[in-house]
Amino acid sequence: MFELLKRGLSGGRPPRQLPAPRPLKPSYDVVIIGGGGHGLACAYYLARTFGITKVAVLEKGWLASGNTARNTTIVRSNYLTPDGVRFYDESVRLFRNLSHELDFNIMYGERGHLTLAHTDAAMRTARWRAEVNQHLGVDSSLVYPDEIARLCPELNLSEDVRYPILGALYHPPGSIARHDAVAWGYAQRAAELGVEIHTHTEVTGIDIQNGRVVGVKTNRGDIACGKVMQAVAGMSSELARLAGFRLPIRTIPLQACVSEAVKPFLDPIIVSGSLHIYVSQSARGELVMGGSTDPYPLYSTRSTLEFKEDLMMHMLELFPFIGRLRVLRQWAGMADMTPDFSPVMGLTPVENYYIDAGWGTWGFKATPVSGTCMAETIATGKPHRLCAPFSLERFYNYAQVGEKGAASVGH
Amino acid sequence: MPCPLNGPRNIAEFVYGGVVGAAPDPASVDDRAWAEYLFIESNTRGVVREWWFHAPTAYWFIAERDTATDEILKTYPASELGKASVESDA
Repeated sequence: MFELLKRGLSGGRPPRQLPAPRPLKPSYDVVIIGGGGHGLACAYYLARTFGITKVAVLEKGWLASGNTARNTTIVRSNYLTPDGVRFYDESVRLFRNLSHELDFNIMYGERGHLTLAHTDAAMRTARWRAEVNQHLGVDSSLVYPDEIARLCPELNLSEDVRYPILGALYHPPGSIARHDAVAWGYAQRAAELGVEIHTHTEVTGIDIQNGRVVGVKTNRGDIACGKVMQAVAGMSSELARLAGFRLPIRTIPLQACVSEAVKPFLDPIIVSGSLHIYVSQSARGELVMGGSTDPYPLYSTRSTLEFKEDLMMHMLELFPFIGRLRVLRQWAGMADMTPDFSPVMGLTPVENYYIDAGWGTWGFKATPVSGTCMAETIATGKPHRLCAPFSLERFYNYAQVGEKGAASVGH
Repeated sequence: MPCPLNGPRNIAEFVYGGVVGAAPDPASVDDRAWAEYLFIESNTRGVVREWWFHAPTAYWFIAERDTATDEILKTYPASELGKASVESDA
C-alpha cells in the first residue's frame, strides 16, 4: 500500500518486471519457440527443476499475446479417459499452489464447475465421466435439478424451454485464474533464473542436419541450439512445416466475449455441451462467455455476428434476466483442433526437436502440467509418463485418446 | 458463398467437407500411410481447394478459399476437378 502511494506520488516508472531487450546470443542449449503460457512454463521448469538456464524463449509478438490471452481461463480435471484425467488433475494440483510457487498472485478461484446435461445421451456421458473421475480420486459427481438449484439458484431450471436441464456433472475443484498473471509469473521467475525472453522475434526457418535440429533462423539473426521446442498454438502446422513434418491438426478459430461488469451473481462455472456454452463471472463482474469453435478452418482472429447470435440465444435460455446486458469485448483465438480432442506432446520425427501442440480449446488449463512434462521430456529426451499417451506417434499406432465428450463444447 | 447450383447464399447454409485429395487404395496401402491419410493434415495457410456442401439442396461442390483471409476465390461443380488450376493439397 505504501509502495503504491509512493509510486503514485513520485510519478516515477515502476521497476521493470522483465529485463530490458538485448541482442540474441549466438547459441543456446534450448530454444523455445512461442512465448505464451506453455513456452514460459516449460522454460521455468527447465531452469528450476533441471538447472538448464541457457534457454531462449522466442515470441514473434508481445509476451503471451496468442491463445494465452484469448481463452476463458477455466481449470478442471473432470475428463473422460484415465489418461486425460490423470494429466489434467496434475495441472489442477500445480495450479492450486502456483501463486505460492511463483510468488505472484494468479487470482485462482475455486468456483465449482457444472456441465449441464439436456438429453439422455448427455446424462449417460456425465455418469460415465463421474465414474472415471471418482475411480481416479477426482471430486466429481452427477447431480440433479434440486442440487443444481442449490448450487446455482440463478439458473433457469424451468421445463418450459427448448432444452430443459436434466442434470449436471458437478466438479467442485473447477476454477478460474488470471491468464496474464500465469504467463507473467512464469516469465518473471524464469528470467530470474537466467532464461532469456525475446519478444518481437519471429522464427523464419529451422536448421536441420542429418535429421537433427542444430539451429533456428529468426528475423533478428540465426542462432545455434542443442534442442528446440515449439509451443505456438494456432500456427503449429506452419512451424512444423518449416521443420519438415505434418501434424494431425486443423487451425479453427474459437471465439469468446465478455459482458459489461455487473454485481456478482454467478458463482459456479456453467458449461453446456448441447447448448454450446461456457460462462463464468470474473472477479471484475464481467460475464466471460465462450461457445463452440467456428464451423470451418481459418487462420484468423476475426469475430463474427453468427457466433454471438448463436451464443446469446442459448445464454438467454439459461439466464433470461441478462437480456439487457451489453457485450463489452470480443475476440478469437486460432485453436489447434486434433481428431481426438487431445494434445500432441513430446518427440517429433526431427531429433532434438520437441512439440507442444494440439491444444484446441483445452490449453490454458494445462499450462503448468505441460510445462513440467515438456521440461522433463526435453531434459531427459524421453517423454514424461503423464504426456506419453499424447505423442504424435499415437495417430500412426491407432492409439488415440478420445476426449470429444469432455474436452470441447464444439461437437 | 457463391454456390455453383444456387448462386450466392449465406455461409451458415454450407458445411465444410475437408481439403480435396485422393484416397490411397485400401487394398494395397500400409497402416502408416492409411493413418497419414485419415488423420494428418496439411492445414495450409493460404489458398486451398476444398469440398463444401450446400445442406438445404444436398449439393456437394468445390471451393478455392484463402485460409488466411477467408476469401472465396472461386467455386465450381466437382465434375470440373480435373481442369482446376491449383494443385491438390491433401
